[in-house]
Amino acid sequence: MYAWIFKNLPGPLWFRLILALGLILTAVLLLMNYVFPWLSQYSPWTESTIGMMLL
Amino acid sequence: MTPAGTRPRRKISVGQRLLGGIGEIFITLGIVLLLFVAWELWWTNIDANRTQGEVTAQFAQQLEVGSSTGDDEDFGPAPIAKIPDGETFGIFYIPRFGKDFAHPVTNGVGMDVLNSVGIGHYPDTQAPGELGNFAVAAHRQTHGQVFWDIDKFKEGDEIYLQTNEGFYTYQWRSTEIVDPSQGEVLLPVPHQPGAEPSTSILTMTSCHPPFTTRMRIIAYSELVSWRPASAGPPAAIAELVAKTMKN
Repeated sequence: MYAWIFKNLPGPLWFRLILALGLILTAVLLLMNYVFPWLSQYSPWTESTIGMMLL
Repeated sequence: MTPAGTRPRRKISVGQRLLGGIGEIFITLGIVLLLFVAWELWWTNIDANRTQGEVTAQFAQQLEVGSSTGDDEDFGPAPIAKIPDGETFGIFYIPRFGKDFAHPVTNGVGMDVLNSVGIGHYPDTQAPGELGNFAVAAHRQTHGQVFWDIDKFKEGDEIYLQTNEGFYTYQWRSTEIVDPSQGEVLLPVPHQPGAEPSTSILTMTSCHPPFTTRMRIIAYSELVSWRPASAGPPAAIAELVAKTMKN
């Protein structure tokens, strides 16, 4: 899959390397800014409050 | 030696390609999972610290503070702080958590509060200055890890809260570790349902041990003194308050 993408990027090798880095960076930023914040509402790992059985 | 370009390509069967593709997907999922951990433990802190800095600065703008008149004067019993629904109503200064520790406290303990603005007040508990329990929560790690050092309190440690009314000074008394279901730590007199409170306490709750949510760590402090805003901050935090108000 990744080999296929890299082979099909246009331009000389140095240009394809830069493009590939750009693609990776875009994917990471998308994950960090949109996917993970959305995902974290389903994550039970960061609760710090205590039983809501108040009074 | 074979001339470049003429080396025969190894034939790859469809099955091998399929396996290779599946392998790549697993590797990708593994990397994404690691990235998620990095996001949770590191990225959320950057986001939250920026938000909390902004909220502190914005809240500080509408506060008026006189210049300090010395710590000796006694201003009598503290008034009950007003806590509007869902709004930021104070700034905590906790020297034990760092000499620059100034974080806003907001009404509500939903994830919308804890994940962005940091410290949240349990809405059904009492207000600062009121007899009973002023209880707050914050993350131990991730999202600014505001209460990271909650297990470090020592005898005599003071916790300062600045509101529109003035400065409330609390002194740390004790810490305990409880089960996440033990909501009775939030009672007006913790662990004593129905008991009539005779003091104003501050209860801080967070996760324990760090990086898990198995237990909760609870730190109790008692309101020991109060200064109206016009009398200026207690000497111990005067510099930090001045810096916070200037930002």
